[in-house]
Amino acid sequence: MAWIGRRAGALLGVAALMMATAACGGGDTGNDDPNAKVTLSYAVWDKNQVPAMQQLATAFTAENPNITIDVQLTPWETYWTKMKAAATGGAAPDVFWMNGPNYQLYATNGVLAPLDEKIAADKVDLSSYPQALIDLYTVEGKHYGLPKDFDTVGLWYNKELFDAAGVGYPDATWTWDTFKQAAAKLTDKSKGQYAIGANLSSAQEYQYNTIFQAGGSVISADGKKAGYADPATIEGLKFWTDLIKDGYSPDLKTMTDTVPLNLFESGKTAMYYGGSWNVAEFTANEYTKTRVAAAPLPKGVKSATVIHGLVNVVSAKSAHPDAAWKFVKFLGGRTAAEQLGKSGVIPAYNGTQAGWAAAHPELNLQAAFLDQVPNAVAYPISRNTAAWQELETTYLTPAWNQQKDVAAAATELAKAMDESLAKE
Amino acid sequence: MSVSSQEAGAAVKAAAPARTSKSKGRRAEAAWGYALVAPTGIGLLVFYLWPVLQTAYLSFTKTGPFGGAAEWIGLENYREMFSDPEVGTALLNTVEYTVLGLVGVPIAVVFAALLSRPGLRGVAIYRTFFFLPVVTTPVAVAMIWKWLYNGDFGIINYLLSLVGIEGPHWIADPATALYAMVVVGIWMGLGYNLVIFIAGIQSIPKHYYEAASLDGAGPIAQFFRITVPLLSPTIFFISVISVIGSLQLFDLVYVLMGGSSQSSRANPAFPSTETIVYLFYAKAFQTNDKGYGAAIAMLLLVIIVVLTAVQFRLQKKWVTYA
Repeated sequence: MAWIGRRAGALLGVAALMMATAACGGGDTGNDDPNAKVTLSYAVWDKNQVPAMQQLATAFTAENPNITIDVQLTPWETYWTKMKAAATGGAAPDVFWMNGPNYQLYATNGVLAPLDEKIAADKVDLSSYPQALIDLYTVEGKHYGLPKDFDTVGLWYNKELFDAAGVGYPDATWTWDTFKQAAAKLTDKSKGQYAIGANLSSAQEYQYNTIFQAGGSVISADGKKAGYADPATIEGLKFWTDLIKDGYSPDLKTMTDTVPLNLFESGKTAMYYGGSWNVAEFTANEYTKTRVAAAPLPKGVKSATVIHGLVNVVSAKSAHPDAAWKFVKFLGGRTAAEQLGKSGVIPAYNGTQAGWAAAHPELNLQAAFLDQVPNAVAYPISRNTAAWQELETTYLTPAWNQQKDVAAAATELAKAMDESLAKE
Repeated sequence: MSVSSQEAGAAVKAAAPARTSKSKGRRAEAAWGYALVAPTGIGLLVFYLWPVLQTAYLSFTKTGPFGGAAEWIGLENYREMFSDPEVGTALLNTVEYTVLGLVGVPIAVVFAALLSRPGLRGVAIYRTFFFLPVVTTPVAVAMIWKWLYNGDFGIINYLLSLVGIEGPHWIADPATALYAMVVVGIWMGLGYNLVIFIAGIQSIPKHYYEAASLDGAGPIAQFFRITVPLLSPTIFFISVISVIGSLQLFDLVYVLMGGSSQSSRANPAFPSTETIVYLFYAKAFQTNDKGYGAAIAMLLLVIIVVLTAVQFRLQKKWVTYA
């Protein structure tokens, strides 16, 4: 038995050792010595941007030799699952990418470190970023992140199909009416060709834009009430359900089997409401690379495009809050933005965006995306955005599927969303 | 074996009082036994039993999205659950899927019997063929079937169009979507069931068949009179496993009905394909209501326990243990 006892003792020893190492794994011993060697973890989800992030990390370490950055890539599909688990266990990365829908959830539950004191102390000028983006990331008057990049939505179109139908290319003069007239000409059922796929699965690129263009809203400014009962909001939804009803868009079943992006990329639809991030996709795709360009979204009652972007945030549990803030400040600065612009995303720092558009002059990116920033409306969010986004899809699917009147569906959605918001 | 080693121990230590040495030896043996089952036992306790208890506790609470202090709300989650129509729909879909999925059991028995026919050539190839879907990740399987089922460009509808039939949007049409899932589910599970059934058939003594042939029984009579009754314990086992597996269906709803770029909820057939585990996932991990999700998980646990108990009850009526 002595033998077993020894073994058990050894096992316990190993276990204790493992726990000790695990505890250390959370970060190097935290202290306030500014010259102590520090390694910060930096979590990102876009594989395409990892080289740029590495370059920025190296540039930062060159300025701050005692701080090394460990860039950690987690693919989008698992990023938030992993982040939620890490945050629950108090082991979130020191610095990480944050998006709009998740922002308030993390900020108001104490996962993120508030940055206002540091912003004030270091005199960081928040007007260096698009106002709508700052609005998106302000919760209860506080800021928990500095903007990294942004995106807006434009009208992508297939020049070849426009030429074949004899329709002039879309431009800033287009309105909903112009769009519908063009849609009629661009639809050719005999060829299985439609004007556009009225996507239900990407509100950011579809419904939200037309809702704002119609003068409606998704959620009230204070984030407490749904905007779906507003007749203007319903107009914005009807824009899409009408396109399906009139046969200018494939029906929902077809779009379930083949997503609108794939329909556009195989020449089955002539237009695509799409985010600026699609530049990478459309310039890489063999079919679209020679055929597409972008234009501003057609105007409804007013011009509007949804703006969304990412911020870099600091974990509230970071062992090195000062070093982490230094890194976030660096990432939000002009030098980092200029570097970032070369990697294919629009940097958030004002005055550094032109380089992004200049990389693909043939796509007309300046007019389609950057010139629209003054009309941009912030991506709608609340504390638990995911809860009512699920309701949006649940209640709007029957309307998109032409089983239910869109006004009735939207009114029911408003009621359910109000109940969900009341629980936040 | 334990008796003989005890006797040996008593013989060697004849000088010492027999009683103590015996109990000492027994204790030593028990300690060894516990030590050897410890890895599995601790694993079960830590990774199965403890989470089950935690889930049970969570189901009576309201928790924040990042854990933290759970607020005790008694039966509130259960009250909400029983008044939520989505729970009812998901339960019905799950039950329907489970019942239809049982069709896979007789299919596997028939295939297993055919593959066990003496003198069949290339058995190994067939077995590999049938077993391949089992070792393929469900997500990959679902992706492939998604293409096959595509209403406009899929191969199934293309083949149907050759004979003049216009096929539906299999996975986007509420009338067909559940059946489309059942087909994939059965196809995925077939290989595993086959392997178990083939093993079961091989353990049936050959002379039963020889005697039956002498008495003039043909292959079909042999199948129903010898194979099926003697295979009934295996059939019972597979049925239990199949029911438990079907009740927990998630991946097909998630990938086949939805996908990486669109939510399953945007599929018009979603209301007729949503399962109870999908609903659990949606509540616990998408809308961040962990307590409510836990209540749904507890409901599923109860259903599985009850159904399995019923199956064990019923087996007395039809399972023959040779």
